Amino acid sequence: MSGGGVPPAPADPRDRLAGAIPRLRAFAISLTRDVSRADDLVQETILKAWTNIDKFDPATNLDAWLFTILRNTFYSGLRKTRREVQDSDGVHAATLSVKPDHDGRLALKEFQRAFDQLSPEHREVLILVGASGFSCEEAAAMMGVAVGTVKSRASRARSRLAEMLHLKAGESLFSGSDGATQAVVLRSAAAGS
Amino acid sequence: MTKDKNEDGVDRRAIRAQIDENLRLVYREALSEELPDRFRDLLAQLKAKDGSGKGGTE
Repeated sequence: MSGGGVPPAPADPRDRLAGAIPRLRAFAISLTRDVSRADDLVQETILKAWTNIDKFDPATNLDAWLFTILRNTFYSGLRKTRREVQDSDGVHAATLSVKPDHDGRLALKEFQRAFDQLSPEHREVLILVGASGFSCEEAAAMMGVAVGTVKSRASRARSRLAEMLHLKAGESLFSGSDGATQAVVLRSAAAGS
Repeated sequence: MTKDKNEDGVDRRAIRAQIDENLRLVYREALSEELPDRFRDLLAQLKAKDGSGKGGTE
């Protein structure tokens, strides 16, 4: 029964898994903001990818396929542990007490703290389209939503960040105008849903 | 009083640019986290199992 009919694929996509792991893990870390949780997710994703490799279309983007497995694994885990997954809008927008430096530049640490406060859905969309270079169309396919949803979610996520960081249109970012130390309007988003 | 709509639009773009620049930094920082060995080991295990157990090991 050993069929000689099927020639081995010239390139086994499984051989490309190792090379994709750093990016996969960076995505996992961005999503969870927790390295050990991220590593568990990556491990699970590799296992799933390995056993389901026949479902991968080599003509498509391996990263996108892996990211999709990872985020689905992540959200189904969330659903199990937390009864309700936060809707992208129903975020408890804890306003941080950070301000841009007086020179207007954001310290990365402050940014990260704000980023940590976002819902996973917001972190996800921002990392996919804002940082890792996927198009809105690719992100939409990975997230299983419409392209318009990706765009509006990304825009809300950016506003949320700007809000937490007190970046507002009209407040000059780059000029060192020290009048910026004027009372910061804390627009703590209505915490209610 | 110096801000007009024009400037407001510029600010918006500047904010967005700054956010995106920071996002890339966050992602890059995550990328630079040192990889643990477990993934390499896992892949090696999977590969070994696959190679030796062709046709299903019992």
